[in-house]
Amino acid sequence: MSIRATNLLVPVISVILGLLVGAIVMLVSGYDPIVGYTALWNGIFGDLYTIGETIRQITPYILAGLAVAFAFRSGLFNIGVEGQLIVGWFAAAYVGVAVELPKIIHLPLAILAAAAAGALWGFVPGLLKAKFHVHEVIVTIMMNYIALHTTNALIKTVSDGGDRTESIFLSASLRSEFFQNLTDFSRLHYGILIALAMVAVMWFILEKTTLGFELKAVGFNHNASEYAGMNVNKNVILAMVISGAFAGLAGSMEALGTFEYVSSKGGFTGIGFDGIAVALLGMNTPLGVIFGATLFGSLKYGALNMPNAAGIPLEIVEIVIAVIIFFVASGYIIRLFLLRAAKKKEAK
Amino acid sequence: MEYVIEMLNIRKEFGTFVANDDITLQLKKGEIHALLGENGAGKSTLMNVLFGLYQPEGGEIRVRGKKVDISNPNIANDLGIGMVHQHFMLVENFTVTENIILGNEPTKFGVTNKKDAAKRVQEVSEQYGLNVDPHALIEDISVGMQQRVEILKTLYRGAEILIFDEPTASLTPQEIVELIQIMKRLIAEGKSIILITHKLKEIMDVSDRVTVIRKGQGIGTVITAETNPADLASLMVGRQVEFKTVKGQANPTEDALSIKDLVVEDYRGVEKVKRLNLTVRKGEIVGIAGIDGNGQSELIEAITGLRKVKSGTISLHDKDITGLKPRKVTEAGIGHIPQDRHKHGLVLDFPIGHNISLQTYYKSPISKGGIIDYKKIDEKALQIIKDFDVRTQGPHTPARALSGGNQQKAIIGREVDRDPDLLIAALPTRGLDVGAIEFIHSRLIEQRDNGKAVLLISFELDEVMNVSDRIAVIHDGEIVDVVVPEETTEQELGLLMAGHSVKAQGNGNNDSKKEGEDQHVN
Repeated sequence: MSIRATNLLVPVISVILGLLVGAIVMLVSGYDPIVGYTALWNGIFGDLYTIGETIRQITPYILAGLAVAFAFRSGLFNIGVEGQLIVGWFAAAYVGVAVELPKIIHLPLAILAAAAAGALWGFVPGLLKAKFHVHEVIVTIMMNYIALHTTNALIKTVSDGGDRTESIFLSASLRSEFFQNLTDFSRLHYGILIALAMVAVMWFILEKTTLGFELKAVGFNHNASEYAGMNVNKNVILAMVISGAFAGLAGSMEALGTFEYVSSKGGFTGIGFDGIAVALLGMNTPLGVIFGATLFGSLKYGALNMPNAAGIPLEIVEIVIAVIIFFVASGYIIRLFLLRAAKKKEAK
Repeated sequence: MEYVIEMLNIRKEFGTFVANDDITLQLKKGEIHALLGENGAGKSTLMNVLFGLYQPEGGEIRVRGKKVDISNPNIANDLGIGMVHQHFMLVENFTVTENIILGNEPTKFGVTNKKDAAKRVQEVSEQYGLNVDPHALIEDISVGMQQRVEILKTLYRGAEILIFDEPTASLTPQEIVELIQIMKRLIAEGKSIILITHKLKEIMDVSDRVTVIRKGQGIGTVITAETNPADLASLMVGRQVEFKTVKGQANPTEDALSIKDLVVEDYRGVEKVKRLNLTVRKGEIVGIAGIDGNGQSELIEAITGLRKVKSGTISLHDKDITGLKPRKVTEAGIGHIPQDRHKHGLVLDFPIGHNISLQTYYKSPISKGGIIDYKKIDEKALQIIKDFDVRTQGPHTPARALSGGNQQKAIIGREVDRDPDLLIAALPTRGLDVGAIEFIHSRLIEQRDNGKAVLLISFELDEVMNVSDRIAVIHDGEIVDVVVPEETTEQELGLLMAGHSVKAQGNGNNDSKKEGEDQHVN
């Protein structure tokens, strides 16, 4: 079997296996898998509205995935995407609420504020790693909690004791009449274009620039990078700052697109953590992240339809979704199996 | 005559690349059979075929006369074939016994039975005179001892045929002597050995017969007693090899590198270089001879900006380069072939082409305005690959996939191509075969002849004696003497390296430092 055929076959088989095991889970729990999967399908592709909402859901996943993947490529594990996303969300919403400006200034300003806030949240662990060799995993986890509770407190201050801000001025909104008309008035917004542009940006940085060359070199072997005259500390900080900026942008998608406000949260959004899985599914490449985010976003959004349309409890739905993702992630096992089968054939 | 192993007309392909082409190797019972070939000639591939890691495309393997199909290492184990790997496969924080039983733990009532295992390890160790403590932690024992653990592991599992893959690469001279004794003892106990190596001296010392392969092809098998190192070398590389490096008279001119009162500390704050003075002139090769750990690494790292200088000055052509960052040092005109090519020399997961531009990627013509032109990187890579005979499928092959010799050639190509005023070569031929060593030495001499300064650091006295124009002996962080190779002997250097003073032999360059220690006579 050629390598290309294997590459194509592996994801297909993974998804089928995931669906099969998911079906068994539903059967065992006494629900009809066909009804369940029909509901899932309709929840993703049912009509123009759901398609629009699915893409909207994919948008922040792309950016969160890019954030994690970018850090990974530089040899860093950024678990703090969640926190960077939360501060980005707040910063964008705050700029959107606090001033009213012409759209051409207001919207970019709000987006930049989100990126800057995320970048700052990434800078701290980057600096601590570079200067004092504190492991970024520990710092970023702690930064997540700081982000969550600080933004909650700030929201209270900004909204005079309330637990959400006003809605942002329209001049800062990513709302798209064009997309709305196209998708039967879903909340699909211009953010998807920003997310796709960032995919190109990440690709460009990694594959075309001297910065990308250095980041990858440092990620693989910091001793050789230092020997070659690269500034390892600078690169570590920069990698975390860029990663954090991507995460901040993911937050701005929620602030300026989906919700158009920020409310205080009882817990994490989960998007940042799912970004880790998105990045790994996409093998830390920019294009792969689109694939991972699409899988994650559509399953997550489509699953919402299963309790309503098929009467399957949310808990079972989450197990089914987790099983499907699990099988996609374990494509490696399937690859191995295919290789063995091919070898046996050859031996005969 | 009975053969325990016969590999007949073995062929192994990787894609379009033929790694082994019609190689035959027959191992007699009770012999030490050397497998000789250059780096990348296909020795390891052949042994991996025997060990079941690769499946051959052609040929057959017979063990004790019976045709076998070794499709995985477990089958090789069952057939009594054991491999002592070049890079040890040991768990550092496990004991010797734990490592030996790993993967095959004996149990008593469902609990690992280490006590009986340790006793058994002790027995086997004594039987073959290995002298290994079954309870020692791997991280606490020397490299030579770790290798014995690897040997013990194969014996414990009942190996009758042992494959040694480059066993002396990381051993000290004393450990090599001991290893050779162990190998002879193994033969006396009825084992058979295949010894993979490219060191001719070892082959002459221990082997009974030698099978030579060159560029993946079997050249033939000769009886050791009926051959000599020169013949073996030419069989291996396919041409006459000069053992004594040919070079003309040096024509040194003004000082290139001058180091004054240099003090460098290691990471614990212990002084490793102590008020060291050294000059290297344009047009000469200065060799630093010394035993590992006498401050050589710290000295190089200080010159190249990888380590802080505590006091003293380093200058290149009267320009003070003390404490400059590595990039500035590189730009000032210093090239550096690092001691550890995997740690410092290469980003192994990068393509070899990227590695060749590892210090120049940010400059014109490769980069403009922060954007890299990868075509230029490939062009440079192709040029180096051609000029320095780096054997690789192309610039996009990961550096990891190249053999050690070819990795080293790529590094040397990269450093020499930048045409540095001073080239620092640290253990440039470590682990390489005679052909590659000859090539590298001639490149160093070529640099010298072009009026450049070369600083060579080596633990091998042969190398220092052959290549250098002057030899600075380092001991305990100081240059204890500077001698001329023609006017000294290895014995004298050995004494100096060990810290004993020897009366300098009428040469103007001698350093005034003399230590008033007793002279040992061996």
